[in-house]
Amino acid sequence: MDDMQKIILNYVKNEYLEDEDEEIDVNTPLISGGIVDSFSMVSLKRFLENKYKISIPDEKATPEAFDTVNKICTLVKDFIK
Amino acid sequence: MAYSTTMRTGYQQEIHDIKNSGLFKEERFIHAPQAADIEVEYPSGSSLKKVINMCANNYLGLSSHPDVIKAAHEGLDHRGYGMSSVRFICGTQDIHRELEQKMTDFLGTEDTILFPSCMDANAGVFEAILNEQDVMISDRLVHASIIDGIRLCKAQHDTFKHSNMEHLEEKLQLHSDKRRKVIITDGVFSMDGDTAQLDEMVALAEKYDALVFVDDSHATGFIGKTGRGTHEKYNVVGKIDIITTTFGKALGGASGGCVSGRKEIVELCRQRARPYLFSNTVAPVIISGITKVLELLSKSTERRDKLEQNAAYWRTGLTDAGFILKEGDTPIVPVMLFNAKLAQDVSRDLYAEGIYAVGFFFPVVPKGQARIRTQISAGHDRHHLDKALDAFKKVGKKHNILGKTKQEMIDMYGL
Repeated sequence: MDDMQKIILNYVKNEYLEDEDEEIDVNTPLISGGIVDSFSMVSLKRFLENKYKISIPDEKATPEAFDTVNKICTLVKDFIK
Repeated sequence: MAYSTTMRTGYQQEIHDIKNSGLFKEERFIHAPQAADIEVEYPSGSSLKKVINMCANNYLGLSSHPDVIKAAHEGLDHRGYGMSSVRFICGTQDIHRELEQKMTDFLGTEDTILFPSCMDANAGVFEAILNEQDVMISDRLVHASIIDGIRLCKAQHDTFKHSNMEHLEEKLQLHSDKRRKVIITDGVFSMDGDTAQLDEMVALAEKYDALVFVDDSHATGFIGKTGRGTHEKYNVVGKIDIITTTFGKALGGASGGCVSGRKEIVELCRQRARPYLFSNTVAPVIISGITKVLELLSKSTERRDKLEQNAAYWRTGLTDAGFILKEGDTPIVPVMLFNAKLAQDVSRDLYAEGIYAVGFFFPVVPKGQARIRTQISAGHDRHHLDKALDAFKKVGKKHNILGKTKQEMIDMYGL
């Protein structure tokens, strides 16, 4: 797991999991799996933008693109380039 | 014909899928006024069964109170049946404005505007007072109608973990660049029966220059020493900027809702809130009934006091019997069963014992948190509660869940 995966996974755990025992990994479906509701994505988007100094347009911040930590990493890397 | 066979079978399949997933909702026909004792036809076509109602929002037992019915009759006689208009064309009578003033006085706010329902109040208020420059920060367990209102508003939306004030503070800091920030919560959470910590929220709102919005539908009339609501319980009367509430629960249970709060916010709702502008005025007969309810509640706290005693008695009885309850001190008392099928089975068995209490499971509550939600009323007498307790004990024993821990119940029935 690279640094970005660790940072984002850690953020998702702290931000969205109510039960500390609940285990998720970089491929766990977050939105389609009911862990993150589409409303709550806004804080994740803001976190990514602040952390990586990027701007993600709303049309790119789709539930599909945010569904797993791995997909989020792919999206963020596209904007860092 | 546009409604083709393909169209019909498509919809039939969707209904079939709802049934297959165990989420199909069936209405039960009540052949009586709303009360603690009712007669129910269920399933459809079966003979009537007398049951004790443990799932109505009739918290104060006023839904069929003779004084309320009499006042409604008088309203019908003196102000007619319908107004055939929205409020701002020719749908506002003297009694509408009187009721708005009475609600303002009752809630301790600056002004009030009536809506056809609290669902409509919640659907209309955010869009009327916020835009793209603003942010709405809501508790993750707020009612569905608030979520719909949020969806209709262009302001940004974020959430905080249920009743987690540290998380709320983080969010207020995160969105400190926004023009207006609104903290959004239920006063009493309808599925869990716990209350929002409004004193702490008000303190945070003052620190971060935010507004506080509270939907007090499951509180108005009985929470707080004189029943004014959750803001009274937490000693912040006059400090909540926006309260929405319903007349469809404790306050007579017919229909209607309102936005009450800062006068400029109420005025903007009058100018811009779409459910107010584009739906009919609340019927005079309903207004007259609600006005009588407020009169009764302003005279005496006897009903909310009885409700509080009933709820405490019920909680103690269930806890002593060995059930796991969601903690709280409101008349919403959820009996935790965790497994969805178990919740359905217990509800069915209770009904056979003459107790009407409904099971709730995903998606209404989170997965693995299925429950029977019981709701206590001032219309319940001790004999109702004792009979219901006996039935719960009998059914609990049958399913071998009395005195069991959450883990033991999960081991037996799964999540």
